[in-house]
Amino acid sequence: MLSPEIYALLFKALLDTLYMVAVSGLLGTALGLPLGVLLAVTGRGELLQNLAFNRVAGVLVNMTRSTPFIILVVAIIPFTRLIAGTSIGTAAAIVPLTVAAVPFIARIVEGAVREVDRGLIEAAQSMGATPFQIIRKVLLPEAMPAIALGLTLSVVSLIGYSAMVGAVGGGGLGDLGIRYGYQRFLPEVMLAVVIVLIVLVQIVQSTGDWIARRVNKRNLKS
Amino acid sequence: MITFEQLQKTYPSRGTGQPVQALADIDLTIGRGEIYGIIGRSGAGKSTLLRTVNLLEKPTSGRVLVDGVDVTALSPRDLREARHSIGMIFQHFNLLSSRTVFDNVALPLELAGVAKAQIRATVEPLLDLVGLTDKRDRYPAELSGGQKQRVGIARALASKPKVLLSDEATSALDPETTTQILHLLADINKRLGLTIVLITHEIAVIKEICHKVAVMENGRIIEQGPVFDIFAHPRHETTKTFVDPVINRGIPDSLRARLSATPVPGSNMVLRITFTGERATSPVISAISRKLNLDLNIWHGQIDEIQGAPFGTLVVEAIGNPQSIEAAISLLNVNKLGVEVLGHAVPGNLRAAV
Repeated sequence: MLSPEIYALLFKALLDTLYMVAVSGLLGTALGLPLGVLLAVTGRGELLQNLAFNRVAGVLVNMTRSTPFIILVVAIIPFTRLIAGTSIGTAAAIVPLTVAAVPFIARIVEGAVREVDRGLIEAAQSMGATPFQIIRKVLLPEAMPAIALGLTLSVVSLIGYSAMVGAVGGGGLGDLGIRYGYQRFLPEVMLAVVIVLIVLVQIVQSTGDWIARRVNKRNLKS
Repeated sequence: MITFEQLQKTYPSRGTGQPVQALADIDLTIGRGEIYGIIGRSGAGKSTLLRTVNLLEKPTSGRVLVDGVDVTALSPRDLREARHSIGMIFQHFNLLSSRTVFDNVALPLELAGVAKAQIRATVEPLLDLVGLTDKRDRYPAELSGGQKQRVGIARALASKPKVLLSDEATSALDPETTTQILHLLADINKRLGLTIVLITHEIAVIKEICHKVAVMENGRIIEQGPVFDIFAHPRHETTKTFVDPVINRGIPDSLRARLSATPVPGSNMVLRITFTGERATSPVISAISRKLNLDLNIWHGQIDEIQGAPFGTLVVEAIGNPQSIEAAISLLNVNKLGVEVLGHAVPGNLRAAV
């Protein structure tokens, strides 16, 4: 039903999407995970209380989170050009995707870390643990099931966001769907794009669920 | 081993409320190798007091000496070092759900930077000590409450502490498991010579394993001493309400109904006589009865054992002339038996009038 030419386009778009999501997901985690931990441990009454940092970081995160993604993409074009050397194309699209992913992941990690039982922190302190040891040996491992689910959610969101970077020539499945499916009125291309996206999200979600189950030792049957 | 000197803890007021005094004028010394119990109702300050030993709770003023070192004056680095020699177990165990039994017990050693081989050599005998060798690779979610607390105990012992702090360690366990865990603690105390400080709201725990006890109320220690003495002669009202249910110093309600606080015509004095130690076994009562020609009508009696020593109470109605009763009370005192006037027994036919 689709021409070989369209198949090739579809395949290329899928690769572009995977590339953008993978790189921005990894960068977003590399920056968002530490930021999330810092947000959690600098809060009032927490391990490394630092209200000034907490408030400033919190406001920055909220600013990014409250900007609609399509506006963010356009608004940070100068920044994108500075980092990627260009503001157009798949590589350039990674910059706004990462900028959106960092605060998203940070909030998810913050929530997961805050959920860790305070008694565990107290127990580690009673053993003479340093704050850094508590983060590494207690907070992160205990929060891991929630972090795994949160990262899955982040990747799914990034797949959605990546459809919008077509606006700056980012390519990918969303871009293909808009240009061929909508603007050239090829409904079968639109349908194919949607099916590929559905399958992709299913795979990501199932993998994430599986990992979260594997790292969760809280509901084992004896 | 542990000395509290003039310890105070005040929480600043929240909003318009008054500042809360959590600890007031705490002076207490806990000897090496003792099992020291601190009992009080919730909010009495016992948990706050326990947490000042490893400075999880920072006192407002005063000193806490652990093995001669004032922990309140340590730098953060030295404090972490000092905490290695103070183990702690918790009511809700506080085990890491993401680690196996072995890895939970190994945690304090990992934190102290002990080598892997050395960790193994330390953890495995500890698992044996608490009887969990077969659960080595299980996760906490797969264990019962008692087993979890055993892991907690092994973990607390891993860094070879001099002091073990127990924060309501048996309060989340059923009675049978509680007894097992308490026996384990007593065994560890004996075998390792470990000083144990435990807080609880259950007097049975104190009776079971403690050598000494302090009773807390409103942030103060209202009574302290060897468990036997406190149980035999509780002075403070709060102490009495704790002690009464377990050693049954009380009298049955049907008899209590016949008691009047003041003498009424035809009433007899009701005495409670307490026997402690070896005196619990000598026949003082019958000797007094014979000598003073006094009839002692036994209402209620009980012999109990506290810390391996017999302890008895007898509630009697003394029937005879007032001089003989006075003489009997002084004779009991001379024999170092506790005697206490509970009231006056109203004769049966006057009960309606009371």
